[in-house]
Amino acid sequence: MKKLLAIAATALALGLTPLVGLQASPADDLAAFQDYFKKKFPNTAFEDYKNGVYAVDEASREQWEEMEEFPPYELAIDDGEKLWGKKFANGKSYADCLGKDVSAIRVKYPYYDDKTDDIVTLEGAINKCRTDNGEKPLKWKKGKLAKLSAYIAYQGRGQKIDVKIPNEKAEAWYNKGKHFFYAKRGQLNMACADCHVYYSGQKIRADILSPALGHTTHFPVYRSKWGNLGTMHRRYAGCNKQVRAKPFKAQSKEYKALEYFEAYMGNGLELNGPGSRK
Amino acid sequence: MRKKFRLLITSASAVAIAAVMGITTNSAIAGDGDKAASPLEEGKKLAFNKKKGNCLACHRITGKDMEGTIGPPLIAMKSRFTKEALIAQIADARAKNPNTIMPPFGAHAILSKDEIEKVADYILSL
Ligand code: HEC
Ligand code: HEC
Repeated sequence: MKKLLAIAATALALGLTPLVGLQASPADDLAAFQDYFKKKFPNTAFEDYKNGVYAVDEASREQWEEMEEFPPYELAIDDGEKLWGKKFANGKSYADCLGKDVSAIRVKYPYYDDKTDDIVTLEGAINKCRTDNGEKPLKWKKGKLAKLSAYIAYQGRGQKIDVKIPNEKAEAWYNKGKHFFYAKRGQLNMACADCHVYYSGQKIRADILSPALGHTTHFPVYRSKWGNLGTMHRRYAGCNKQVRAKPFKAQSKEYKALEYFEAYMGNGLELNGPGSRK
Repeated sequence: MRKKFRLLITSASAVAIAAVMGITTNSAIAGDGDKAASPLEEGKKLAFNKKKGNCLACHRITGKDMEGTIGPPLIAMKSRFTKEALIAQIADARAKNPNTIMPPFGAHAILSKDEIEKVADYILSL
């Protein structure tokens, strides 16, 4: 056990490849990243990357489209709407923190907040609204928070990801996320990029690996394997565990930086959350 | 299919539990209670076991389905590899390709020396 953890902590040597240089600007990275997928999957339209693995796997797409006709996340959206409408004990509500126009919320996140030098995620903002108003925070990975996130995502469908990196301190967060994404980790010594960039579209056992481009368009996600909705950081922890690395906590600096990086790489893609996946 | 994926995900904790309980994973998995298993049979089990070699996650081996497409198919091995070269590839694939996705089975103690040798013997028989 000790050995496992030690490996997880030390195997962080960067496996950066020429795809993105360490010194490249975020804008250069973005162009190189999106261009890489364009060349790798010449038959996939840019707009289609919001559909995850189904953008590159014709065979499983049909099944998924059938599932989306009676979406498994529909009830969760209804629950989320009810939660959204419920007032806190002090008479305030989520709308007082996040804005009255629900359709304008999802697209704002994640963003860099100068005052706190922090990345603000949608889930982080929901829980901050609660604690600012004297309510207990909700659990991060599933349940009520994921349902609220699903309702907000649903109302915000159709808008395009537009994550900004306004200054050098924000860029430091971006770089932290980028390093996380390309770093080998865990006993199995694999990086996010190994599975979701270099071998995306390939099969690992029976699972086809999704392209990282578009990873953040459709969260939270209803996964058949989970049998319920999960947030982005729940998925990140799952992918860390697969390679026998110690997962980080939801809303840890590591995962916030990773979400900031992944979302920025998806700039220009349409938001279509919540999603459903196998 | 779903079950397979779950196994992959929970493998970390399974290994940890085995370690805590002091089970020597070699006999627990490769032996499978079958004392008469030949070394080749043991190598095969180790190669297919999801908590051990899990080679099928990435490589095609003739006669098995649900295999991955990440690495090259493991065929005609004897004509291409000596036992030493194969052991080296399994023990630490980074020697040949520093950024490889193939896990360093020896260097990261995923397989013991003895297990690697058994896997190598099995793979050479393909
Ligand atoms: C061992 C291979 C592997 C590694 C390494 C890995 N993943 Fe995954 N990941 C998968 C598989 C398999 C799935 C499920 C199929 C799919 O959608 O890609 C998945 C799914 C995902 C999804 C959901 C995709 C969707 O459309 O809903 C996200 C997001 C994700 N991974 C991010 C990451 C990040 C970030 C890392 C690094 C911290 C990472 N993964 C590392 C194998 C991996
Ligand atoms: C996560 C993916 C992955 C796993 C698991 C994996 N490999 Fe590999 N393997 C690869 C890749 C990719 C290559 C191609 C060379 C490279 O990129 O380093 C490779 C190359 C090889 C080669 C050289 C093949 C050739 O034709 O040159 C051998 C032999 C091999 N692997 C054996 C194994 C064995 C045995 C196991 C299980 C104990 C295993 N691999 C597990 C990904 C994997």
